[in-house]
Amino acid sequence: MENKIFTISVYSENNVGLLNRISGIFLKRHINILSLNVSESEIENVSRFIIVVNTTEKWVHNIVGQIEKQIEVIKAFYHIDEETIFLESAIFKIESSLLFDERQIQNIIKESHSEIVTVSRDFFVISKSGKRSEINDLYNKLKPYGIMQFVRSGRISVSKEKMEISTILEELK
Amino acid sequence: MENNKISGAEAVIRCLLAEGVDLVYGYPGGAIMPVYDELYKFQDQLHHVLVRHEQGAAHAAQGYARVTGKVGVAIATSGPGATNLVTGIADAQIDSTPLVCITGQVGKHLLGSDAFQETDIIGISTPVTKWNYQVTEAHEIPEIIAKAFYIAKSGRPGPVLIDITKNAQFDTLDFDYKKCTGIRSYLPKPILNLQKVQEAADLINNAKKPFIVFGQGIILSQAEEQLKRFVEKSGIPAAWTILGLSALPTEHPLNVGMVGMHGNYGPNILTNECDVLIALGMRFDDRVTGNLATYAKQAKIIHFEIDPSEVDKNVKTDVAVLADVKESLTAIIPLIDKKSHDSWHNEFKEKYKIEFDAVINEELIPTNGKGISMGETIEMINKHSKGDAIMVSDVGQHQMFACRYAKFNSSKSNVTSGGLGTMGFALPAAIGAKMGQPNREVVAIIGDGGFQMNIQELGTIFQTQVPVKIVVLNNEFLGMVRQWQELFFDNRYASTKMINPNFVAIAEGYHIKSKRISQREDLDAAVAEMLASKDSYFLEVMVEKENNVFPMIPTGASVSDMRLS
Repeated sequence: MENKIFTISVYSENNVGLLNRISGIFLKRHINILSLNVSESEIENVSRFIIVVNTTEKWVHNIVGQIEKQIEVIKAFYHIDEETIFLESAIFKIESSLLFDERQIQNIIKESHSEIVTVSRDFFVISKSGKRSEINDLYNKLKPYGIMQFVRSGRISVSKEKMEISTILEELK
Repeated sequence: MENNKISGAEAVIRCLLAEGVDLVYGYPGGAIMPVYDELYKFQDQLHHVLVRHEQGAAHAAQGYARVTGKVGVAIATSGPGATNLVTGIADAQIDSTPLVCITGQVGKHLLGSDAFQETDIIGISTPVTKWNYQVTEAHEIPEIIAKAFYIAKSGRPGPVLIDITKNAQFDTLDFDYKKCTGIRSYLPKPILNLQKVQEAADLINNAKKPFIVFGQGIILSQAEEQLKRFVEKSGIPAAWTILGLSALPTEHPLNVGMVGMHGNYGPNILTNECDVLIALGMRFDDRVTGNLATYAKQAKIIHFEIDPSEVDKNVKTDVAVLADVKESLTAIIPLIDKKSHDSWHNEFKEKYKIEFDAVINEELIPTNGKGISMGETIEMINKHSKGDAIMVSDVGQHQMFACRYAKFNSSKSNVTSGGLGTMGFALPAAIGAKMGQPNREVVAIIGDGGFQMNIQELGTIFQTQVPVKIVVLNNEFLGMVRQWQELFFDNRYASTKMINPNFVAIAEGYHIKSKRISQREDLDAAVAEMLASKDSYFLEVMVEKENNVFPMIPTGASVSDMRLS
């Protein structure tokens, strides 16, 4: 069975220790988490985990079953990329002088549809949301000029199809 | 109302009483002392058994839970007290045993400061608990303990650990106990889909060579009667997994033996010849399936299972009947045609004949001047107990002999560490089993290796005077590992030879009646004397040193490649 990128979505109670419990399920199977994001979901006090892994369908099915079995997990799903709308965010900190010395940087910013968040005397900060490949592209273009700091968020995603969680969550509202 | 207030520690005891607990196993220490102080005050209502090591408390609670179907309770202090419970908790997790473990913890203000006897037991126990929780405020205690019992017992049972900081034990709360009846994020058992029951019934009714494998799910859901009716009406040969043993009487005519690595020949070989395999409350452990790529590939698989994550985990199913197995069996019985499958049963009988001639006969009646065998010792216990004893086995060769040859008339009679394979399990588990079923004979079967892993619990037996019978089958080897070394490591007996102490002298040191035998002619009388004893009794049987357990499915081999020698 071939490896693929899967996005696992977990709806859970917002309790101390649950992150440890969920990450342990990956640890036990020696599976590396590519990206992890936890936030409040559309329901108050219900957290949503978005976990990205590169593994086989058999494993992801097994993992989601194990996650869903945890007492404080309400529901867990997995999707392939084609089934979700997903993006990541990244922030780049760059020396301000480059903005004037290296004209090309302004074009890169414009073409990549990234945003200038702030400009100060010493540095400026741009942010970019999009697919990982787009962020990688931007990173590769900026790298030759020197990046002072770079950080990328975990993936966030929503499914194209309605998730069966919707009715369960309605009841919890 | 100030005078309704009680301490967190007292609340712990009142919660246990409200859950119907009358017996707990534990070991005191600094961070749990307020709870022990209350145990002292409540000793008329709640009996505390002082073990000699916290691992013993966990296994004793497991033994108690396994024979009663109730939740076992173990109490320990923080730090090493808590970590010593972990092996028992892991064992309970993989064998689905309901446990509530209560650990003391350093005060809330000291958490994370590397205080004396502070350990992150929540972090440590997370992968091996069904649920765990750290209580840091007294007022949380009633709700959390109610949840703990509900989670431990409902659905697929398992261990729960509640860690209570010392301040929460001292602080006061208004006590109001409500049993937990549901948790919004937790569905204990799936709702039975009758369509799936019909699909399963159709497959079963059209099958020429159907085969049942039943596991502990039957015992956990108390579906023994339903299993018997299902088996008798359908006429289908039924085999047990190690933890399913005793769910159907071993002498039942449709019971064809044990599946798995050291199970019976017929059920293993014929797994790969059946046309419909009906798995009831079992999880296709690798010790059952052997090589998955060649496991029952010709058969349609029906899986009756309570835990959705078990379906398709190891073996791809054709029909999954997700529910408590008692409900699903009750639903399917009326849909099943009455049959007898005589010629199919004959195939099991033929295979049994092969196994009997190649293995069983020699095991039960050894020839060529060989010493006492483990199998004949178990057979001798059968003879005197008449299949009414609870047998608690440890892990290794003796365990396989016990499970292969023991006779059981009733359910919840076989207590053994199945999934985790925990040496040292049997002695403390037998204590718990005897306390849970004081009117039944409880015989612990232990090897000379495993006996020394929790030998200190002889002290618990002495102090409580619990009349368990202990049989050590001594071959002066770590026998199972030695067998593998003989078969797969070219006889290199690396660290498996045991130079043992005088076990009888040790048992006598604890004032436990003891006997050692090494001659076959002494076996009958010794077993009779042990079982006749009103008190605890230690019997050491010196057995043939280098006997092997057969038949055997070597690791990674197919069930159909089971070896007879």
